[in-house]
Amino acid sequence: MSPSEKQVLDEGGIERVLARMAHEILERNQGTSNLALIGIRTRGVFLAERLQKKIFEIEQKKIPVGILDITLYRDDLSEVGPKPEIHETDISFDLKRKVVILMDDVLFTGRTIRAALDALIDLGRPKVIRLAVLVDRGHRELPIKADYVGKNVPTSLQETVIIRLKEKDGKDEAVILGGTPA
Amino acid sequence: MKNKLNGQSVKNLIIRNVHIVDPANKIDEVMDFHVKSHRIVKWGKDLAAEEAEIMDAKKLYLLPGLIDMHVHFREPGFEHKETIETGAQAAIAGGFVGCVTMPNTKPACDNAQVVKYQMERANVLNFNIFPAGTLTQGREGKKISEMAEMKAAGAVAVTDDGNWVVDSGVARRVYEYAATYGLPILSHAEDPTISLNGVMNEGIVSTQLGLRGRPNASEDIATARDIELVRLIKCQLHFQHVSTRGAVDMIRRARAEGLPITAEATPHHIALTDEEFVKYDTFYKMNPPLRTEEDRQAVIKGLEDGTIDTIATDHAPHAFEEKDQDIEVAPPGTIGLESSFGVVMTELYHGRKWKLEEIVKKMSLVPADILKKANFGRLKTGEQANFILVDLNQEWVFNEENVHSKSINSCFYGRKLRGKVLHTFVKGYQYNLS
Amino acid sequence: MMENHKTKWTKKDLLGLRDLSSDEIELILDTAKSFSEVSQRDVKKVPVLRGKTVVNLFLEPSTRTRVSFELAEKRLSADTISMAGGSSSMTKGESLWDTIANIEALKVDLIVMRHGSSGAPHRISNYTKVGIVNAGDGINEHPTQGLLDIFTLREIKGKIKGLKVVFVGDILHSRVARSNIWGLTKLGAEVVICGPKTLVPWGIEELGVKVIHDVKKALDGADAVTLLRIQMERQNETLFPSIREYASTFGLNTELFKYAKPDAILMHPGPVNRGVEIESALADSAQSYILKQVTNGIAVRMAVLYLLSGVLKNEK
Repeated sequence: MSPSEKQVLDEGGIERVLARMAHEILERNQGTSNLALIGIRTRGVFLAERLQKKIFEIEQKKIPVGILDITLYRDDLSEVGPKPEIHETDISFDLKRKVVILMDDVLFTGRTIRAALDALIDLGRPKVIRLAVLVDRGHRELPIKADYVGKNVPTSLQETVIIRLKEKDGKDEAVILGGTPA
Repeated sequence: MKNKLNGQSVKNLIIRNVHIVDPANKIDEVMDFHVKSHRIVKWGKDLAAEEAEIMDAKKLYLLPGLIDMHVHFREPGFEHKETIETGAQAAIAGGFVGCVTMPNTKPACDNAQVVKYQMERANVLNFNIFPAGTLTQGREGKKISEMAEMKAAGAVAVTDDGNWVVDSGVARRVYEYAATYGLPILSHAEDPTISLNGVMNEGIVSTQLGLRGRPNASEDIATARDIELVRLIKCQLHFQHVSTRGAVDMIRRARAEGLPITAEATPHHIALTDEEFVKYDTFYKMNPPLRTEEDRQAVIKGLEDGTIDTIATDHAPHAFEEKDQDIEVAPPGTIGLESSFGVVMTELYHGRKWKLEEIVKKMSLVPADILKKANFGRLKTGEQANFILVDLNQEWVFNEENVHSKSINSCFYGRKLRGKVLHTFVKGYQYNLS
Repeated sequence: MMENHKTKWTKKDLLGLRDLSSDEIELILDTAKSFSEVSQRDVKKVPVLRGKTVVNLFLEPSTRTRVSFELAEKRLSADTISMAGGSSSMTKGESLWDTIANIEALKVDLIVMRHGSSGAPHRISNYTKVGIVNAGDGINEHPTQGLLDIFTLREIKGKIKGLKVVFVGDILHSRVARSNIWGLTKLGAEVVICGPKTLVPWGIEELGVKVIHDVKKALDGADAVTLLRIQMERQNETLFPSIREYASTFGLNTELFKYAKPDAILMHPGPVNRGVEIESALADSAQSYILKQVTNGIAVRMAVLYLLSGVLKNEK
């Protein structure tokens, strides 16, 4: 961690938060029936996979996990060029009548979630879509709210929230970057 | 018409301190040069003023006017591409005082009437045109044209131009007939049964670009056949725009045997190769096509060892709309009169350290001799003033502003050139080009 | 997970695979992989080109390529217009440049262009800011077909490098073969060309391919075989004696195909002349991926349109 970073969750913190979210999801859904997890590329996918594991530990039931790439639905797509790379969406189960838990790492403006909702609805018609995020940093630009929040982290617009996960970054932590002008 | 060149009638003019180069008269030194009432009076050191207008031409060179053995002035019939008037303008802009016009007009120049018409037009315009008549009627490769009458009317040579006479039996007869009247045969040696619908040189570049090719073999086969007919008939035959290594080699051997063969090369085959085609630009489409670097070098070598006698432009104007068509359909050819001297100077005088008198021979003296025009290609006292003043070192970029032809299809746009014609004197009229 | 590309797409046009680097080709292939999923959905549409207009200018008859492009455009939510040679003003003597200028004045974003003249899209691209996708020019290139062939091959074989790919038939007049040759050699495949000398372009070996006139030898050890359509009208051009002799010497059948590797795949850009260049049973065999090519064509074209639309924005 560099000096300008402020850690808000460490490895143990992320573990505990995900465990709590797993319980909350199961409680609200009254078990695993029709439950499905969909992670938003990239880190949302790892978080969804971890939630799947936690839920299995609790209920001994493996619920399906899907991968969603929202690039094609970004509302700034016509503004950016060269075009961002597109990765595959991989949802191998039928969304019909599913209770979908959409998982992302950070909830910020809400635009990613808007794109994800459009993408999901093009893929099928789930019964319910709920949103789970590891960190909610505020500053919404769209009327979007998370159903399950790992941690609320008040930030200024100048700050950046970074989630690091073992699967990609070698360690688990959530940090706030920048903010105080040098 | 765009920026028309207007000639000033020369009444009494002394050009001072000009470096005269005239291989026919073996002159190569700085002198004064006197023109009076359109005619050359004399040249020499420190000429007396004699109430003449004085022009100081220090550092400039005076050369006999250039002769182009191969132009298309399109009149009659294709006046939307060029007229004798606009063609003459282009020629003057390039330092040419006389041009051999090809007979692929409409009607074809296959009779004395068309020959006379073209010469009269040129006369009115104070320009020298040496018409070539056709070998066969309508350039159809079947029946012999009225060559005797055309010659009497002023035709200097015979050719079916782009329509090489494919039938060797017919070719033998028409070449024999031409030889009867001592008319040089101008041969566009390209066998159309091989060239077919080729767009460019057949080679690795055409394969890369997905364009149909015209192989060297089409020129080589036609050249070989014509050489054998010359051997049989002993007619005077001039190979136009030689473009392949094979043709250069065959012509070299044939001349070594003493056959009455001459040949020309174009500035574009001297300066460019088929690599130019990468942009699919139809301005680079011409027949014969731009060949490979190996062929280009062979053509230059042929010029240097005397296998190829002359440089001719094959000035082939086409309207922009015509050139703008699909590459397979667009007509072949490039204009060349305005850029010729600059390209030749850049490539051969500066590029390959030729002597200036060699340039004069290839572009003026030898063409005049082949055409048996004894008053051209050299300076002659008492004759009409047909000469040019040039700057050997002036650097310029060739672009559309330099074009005086009615058409703009040049393959030399954007090219940096060194050496420029500044004044053209034709029939005693002075055209200031600077 | 897919690797991240260092190459960004920066070209305004897709004119041919001759102009592309191997990185650019792989970027298109990887992007196409992502798009192939869209065609498997219930709702086969993504909003990528919403509000963009694509003109399909087909100045030479085509059904397959045009339909494939139209579907690709529609699945990207673009607005599309199709102009065919017969219905456009081309037949009224308007020059191609005027046609393009008129299309440009309609404020379109991309032109997909099929033209009978080699290099026509290359020439047009210099005259317009609108992005041009070459959908086949003369006998030169058909880049999206080349890309979809390579995409299909890569999908099935997992790689391109080191594969032996054989093209049998009329190479001389085949823009499909030419695009494939550029692409496959850049990606490290071994390419073999097989046909009578009359149908092989001059000096093709210099593009890094091998020419073998004997079909059995050519097929030996092949991972993939692409058959090229023989056009019936070529019979009159002194290129081969008869369709009958062509079919018996260069036509492929199940027996001949055994000379290729046991898991070799068969491809054909279509439309297939059954009984001429290919025996019917072989065309329908499990090793034939002809229909897979058609499906993949949409994904590849979606990828191309997507990548080009990004550059378009940058230019403005």
